[in-house]
Amino acid sequence: MIKQFLASSYDWLDARFNLTPLIEFMQHKKVPVHRHSVWYYMGGVTLFLFMVQVFTGILLLLYYQPGTDSAFESVRFIMTKVQFGWLFRSIHSWSANLMIFFIFVHMFSTFFTQAFKKPRELTWISGFALLMLAFGFGFSGYLLPWNELAFFATKVGTDITGALPLIGDMIKTVLRGGEEVTGGTLLRFYAFHVAIIPATFTIVLGIHLLFVQRQGMHEPDYMENLPQEKKKMISFFPNFLLRDALLWLIVLNILLFLAVFFPWEIGQKADTFSSAPQGIRPEWYFMFMFQSLKLLPAHILSIEGEVVGVLFFVVVAIIWLLVPFWELKSPRTKGMRPMTLIGLVGIIFILVMTIIGYLN
Amino acid sequence: MKRRRILNIILSGGLIGWLASVLYPVIAYLKPPKIAEANVSEVKAGDESQFSNNSGSIVKFGRKPVILVRTEAGDFRAFSAVCTHLDCIVQYRKDTKQIWCACHNGTYDLQGRNVSGPPPRPLEPYAVKVVKGEIYISQEKENA
Amino acid sequence: MKSAHKVSTHTSLSLMIMAIFLMTKMMPAQDHPDLPEGDQCIKCHMEQENMPEDFSDFDTHLQKNLSCAGCHGGDASKEDMDEAMNPKKGFIGVPAKKDIPRLCGKCHSNIDFMRSYQPRISTDQVDQYYTSIHGQKLKQGDKKVADCTSCHTGHSILSAKDARSSVYALNVPGTCKKCHSDAAYMKEYNIKTNQYEEYAKSIHGIALLQDLDTSVPACNDCHGNHGAIPPGVKSISHVCGICHSNNMQYFSASTMGKIFAEEGLHACEECHGHHLIKKTNDDMIGIGENSVCLNCHSQDDEGAKIAEEIHADLHTTVATYDSAQKVQKRVQQIGMDDVEIGYLLQDSHQSLIQARTLVHTFNPEEVDKKTGESLKNSEAALSLADQLIKDYNVRRKGFSIATIFITILVIALFFKIREIDKKEKIKQS
Repeated sequence: MIKQFLASSYDWLDARFNLTPLIEFMQHKKVPVHRHSVWYYMGGVTLFLFMVQVFTGILLLLYYQPGTDSAFESVRFIMTKVQFGWLFRSIHSWSANLMIFFIFVHMFSTFFTQAFKKPRELTWISGFALLMLAFGFGFSGYLLPWNELAFFATKVGTDITGALPLIGDMIKTVLRGGEEVTGGTLLRFYAFHVAIIPATFTIVLGIHLLFVQRQGMHEPDYMENLPQEKKKMISFFPNFLLRDALLWLIVLNILLFLAVFFPWEIGQKADTFSSAPQGIRPEWYFMFMFQSLKLLPAHILSIEGEVVGVLFFVVVAIIWLLVPFWELKSPRTKGMRPMTLIGLVGIIFILVMTIIGYLN
Repeated sequence: MKRRRILNIILSGGLIGWLASVLYPVIAYLKPPKIAEANVSEVKAGDESQFSNNSGSIVKFGRKPVILVRTEAGDFRAFSAVCTHLDCIVQYRKDTKQIWCACHNGTYDLQGRNVSGPPPRPLEPYAVKVVKGEIYISQEKENA
Repeated sequence: MKSAHKVSTHTSLSLMIMAIFLMTKMMPAQDHPDLPEGDQCIKCHMEQENMPEDFSDFDTHLQKNLSCAGCHGGDASKEDMDEAMNPKKGFIGVPAKKDIPRLCGKCHSNIDFMRSYQPRISTDQVDQYYTSIHGQKLKQGDKKVADCTSCHTGHSILSAKDARSSVYALNVPGTCKKCHSDAAYMKEYNIKTNQYEEYAKSIHGIALLQDLDTSVPACNDCHGNHGAIPPGVKSISHVCGICHSNNMQYFSASTMGKIFAEEGLHACEECHGHHLIKKTNDDMIGIGENSVCLNCHSQDDEGAKIAEEIHADLHTTVATYDSAQKVQKRVQQIGMDDVEIGYLLQDSHQSLIQARTLVHTFNPEEVDKKTGESLKNSEAALSLADQLIKDYNVRRKGFSIATIFITILVIALFFKIREIDKKEKIKQS
């Protein structure tokens, strides 16, 4: 009965939008199966977490009130008075962190499997843009509860952008909506977080997914040389999708566990006149940069240490963005490929700096 | 075959259950709680007729206590009820027609000014509006 | 002769500057622009560097143009020493200690004169002073007791409202202390000299001297200003009652209060002390170790029984309040909303304070009225906290149920995937 209903609905739509070619394309989509195909799921998990963010974010939007007099109070209101408010807020905060974590996993897995190679250069570029936008999401969203830690993390973070030579101060002022972090900053970050970045992110994400759908999944080298029949593949629809759904259910359960057993704190309301409390630090995904900057000496060859540090990260980011274009071709010999080495160095640097940052 | 059917039943049942378990909290969330707003900017103290002349009562303004005084002449005044000396709750005295703190005998006049005893500062005033016989207390706005 | 010596502009300018500088140095009055001009007493004494030790510019008499001659007599317009300091012109030099109150009183007891400076100023200081021990002894010729200048100083007199004044609230204990804490100085008077020491340890003293809180009494608030005398037996509770009015009222109306008055006991002081008034605690009443009741009562007399009843009442109330506070902390810890609980505890604490004040009725029923209120609020807070902790546990239970359902769904999905995979393989082959 349900099948009949679905079939007739499909026919109705097909008659109007000519869905059949699209469906046929979808049905023939295949996903390679090999030793590293587990990493194919990472992008999907990130996508799922993004959808969770949009969903919980919209719910929070119903009760959150930006403004120095109401932001903190409204978050407190959501956590204590609104039914299940605590659940959606904690899910939102945890999912944000998980999403960025999985972005890193997804990014490094595509790096190590060299999925950025021709013809997928633009997928990598759009992915990099999504990484930057995700950082923007995290940074802007973090301020919205207007508690002490958030306020000072924003202060320090925007101070660091101010270290860029020439354009740093302008960027800092535009971000802050003034010289200092104030209620104006809060409103700006709110606009970024609920309108500007979501719109941009959705467009870039659409492009990113379109590329993936159009080109299919990257196959490892040894598979590329095999004849078609020898390649082990599964259908994207429904096999791969169902596996995706399974993984997403597990991730959802993990999110629920975190939200119930490690609820996100409300904290102390931000006081713009007080001095920074002990142990302020940025969110973990900025920690490695923050820690590296802290380790730099005050001056390096007459340039301020902080400026050198920030410039270093900007240069590294540009290099990372352009990876598909400068990739070091590796000889077919045993031993680690130079790109793999570069990637490993990067990961170890990030891990070590993050750990040191937290040990301090 | 049977196994397949059982599997399909479990799957569809599970899916519906899952959907319900997501929708139930969302719908509960969407229903506004009793106190609809996070920050209290105005409080209804009651009907005019509930307050007799030359009397005072304590009203909850969000989490802060406020003393609402109806003077002998019949007009309403409201002040923070927290004594500026050591935070006791003040009261209205019908005999002296002043606001008094029992803890250390501090006295405030009907402008909220500390006129006698240890209190170092006046009581913070609140604005009172009477709309259609109902008393509304709100935060005093700064003069432009 | 050819050209005369031309002095360069630079040299003449510097010479002028030096001249002006030297002149001002020779006119010390010029350094103090607030000083009355044309007053030869000050001018000369400044030049001679013969000013009184305690002189300061902001002395209020000086500011109002009552200079040296106003008190010491003589002619302030005359430059010549003999003409200025002429006894025929009323010059009296340094006044004798015995004469000082009369000298000050010439103006300060004359309302017709004083009202032009301050319409509401009092003019009974000298009369009051002669009722005090200081005044009486001075009349008898004592050379060591305080006269007007001992507290107010001679030449840096300021209003008591001025924070620089020796008689400003925060400075009063230090001023009295100068004599009253000097054991050698006070030897012949046979009174204790530990008042400041005790006061500094008291709740009032700590507030005044450490927290700089002027709302607490300094020496003069209890002893009086000019009519300084230790409060008599009858008046102690009145003195304390100026601020602690409820305690005074309850005590005076109580059986204890009446008996104290009959027996000539020192009301508040008997239990609380006078200089070393420590922060009160609930163990002061009852028959415990720190009880003050046992200073007079025996463990099993009527009074002790009442005291113990009150003590037990307070004790349970405080215990309930404390446990409510502990539970509030637990609620905070687990991240649930403790604001309502805080509000209830605030009310409970308020009732507790009132209960403690009612102790002064020495009537267990009166105390019980307020402890009852406090208990009600503490218990409401406790049940609200229980509710919140229950909610917290419900969330965890809810999560476990959700996990079970999700797990079932995951397992079912897993099998479905296997099934579909098999179908696909069959299709492929």
